[in-house]
Amino acid sequence: MTQPKLNQFKTVQFSRIYSLGAARGDLVVTNDDIAGPIDSSDEWIRQRTGIITRRRAGKDQSLMDMAVKASNEAIQKAGIDPQEIGAVIFSTISHPYQTPSAAALLAEKIGANPAPAFDISAACAGYCYGIAQADALVRSGVAKFVLVVGGEKLSDFIDPTDRSISFLLADGAGAAIVGPSDEAGISPTVWGSDGSHWDSVSMTASLLEFRDGEASWPTIRQDGMTVFKWAVWEMVKVAKQALEVAGVKAEELSALVTHQANIRIIDELVKQLKLPENVVVARDIINTGNTSAASVPLAMDQILQDGLVKSGGLALQIGFGAGLAFAAQVVVLP
Amino acid sequence: MALSQNEVLAGLAEIVNEETGIDTDSVKMEKSFTNDLDIDSISMMTIVVNAEEKFSVKIPDEEVKNLLTVGDAVNFITAAQG
Repeated sequence: MTQPKLNQFKTVQFSRIYSLGAARGDLVVTNDDIAGPIDSSDEWIRQRTGIITRRRAGKDQSLMDMAVKASNEAIQKAGIDPQEIGAVIFSTISHPYQTPSAAALLAEKIGANPAPAFDISAACAGYCYGIAQADALVRSGVAKFVLVVGGEKLSDFIDPTDRSISFLLADGAGAAIVGPSDEAGISPTVWGSDGSHWDSVSMTASLLEFRDGEASWPTIRQDGMTVFKWAVWEMVKVAKQALEVAGVKAEELSALVTHQANIRIIDELVKQLKLPENVVVARDIINTGNTSAASVPLAMDQILQDGLVKSGGLALQIGFGAGLAFAAQVVVLP
Repeated sequence: MALSQNEVLAGLAEIVNEETGIDTDSVKMEKSFTNDLDIDSISMMTIVVNAEEKFSVKIPDEEVKNLLTVGDAVNFITAAQG
């Protein structure tokens, strides 16, 4: 008897981002609104973070609401049927259920059921992790189209008196449809993690400690200086490596879209990368705040909406944060 | 060859000047980074990384909070050069 020959997925040579969708928290929160409990001021916050306002979701706007809105916009702009989506990847650290996943509910709500759906936990690097996975799924032939969402309602996990990170944080969701392409649209991803700094950005306590009455509601905190140092000088190396593996020179970029952590990190990255002035640098943090996994797609969508860059141009996108985790790739702007 | 204290001070003053625009002559041993030179923690970290590169030394993150004055930094770097 001869061994039967297995079928495997038929591979596709290239992938690209077809479209983006964006949703931000419906509340505009100023620095004055939050300065009191941290004994700070509008000027202090602007100078250290670049933030003028941050967008937060009110009690009636859930993480899922924002994810659905962003996803529907991306699906509509891509011109695809939700039933063509072969995987839903949701990157979030603020979905309030350990299980089931946010992605499965999102798939149901946008009409992509029964697409495989799963969450990833890579914090501020999560969207770029998702794009790496979507690129692999599309090119390996596993899925024709993949929906990648980075979404957070971080305001559920902040401490108004925390001076380390809470005042930066905001809520939103960004979505992308990744699918097959005739030309290369997503470069090889440079990604990784560094668990030796596992507690540099983390929660104040575990859920078990909270359950046992040993800690109050866990909120996000960070060791700002360690993170700043890593986010600038280690990410410069990652950004340069991403350009190198993409075969692209810095001056050939239309835009740099980094995780919107802090304007000082963004400015220092630009300086260290010696980016030419014609490269548009996304600074969505000024009006949106730090939305973790949502920040890269929101920032990219904003520069497209503002007409600062054109579809077809090249953007270096780089996410970095808790884990520590990082991911960078050059993409063709949708 | 290890640099002298004065050479380290001059080099550090250049780094501070580049990051903050503060005149190099104002960067003196007894000056406090925060109180006298008005350097915030993020600028301080940038100065530290640039100093690590310039002087080929390692300044651990937990050591940075002990570097209150320019003199503290100069002494640390001078000693760290071995």
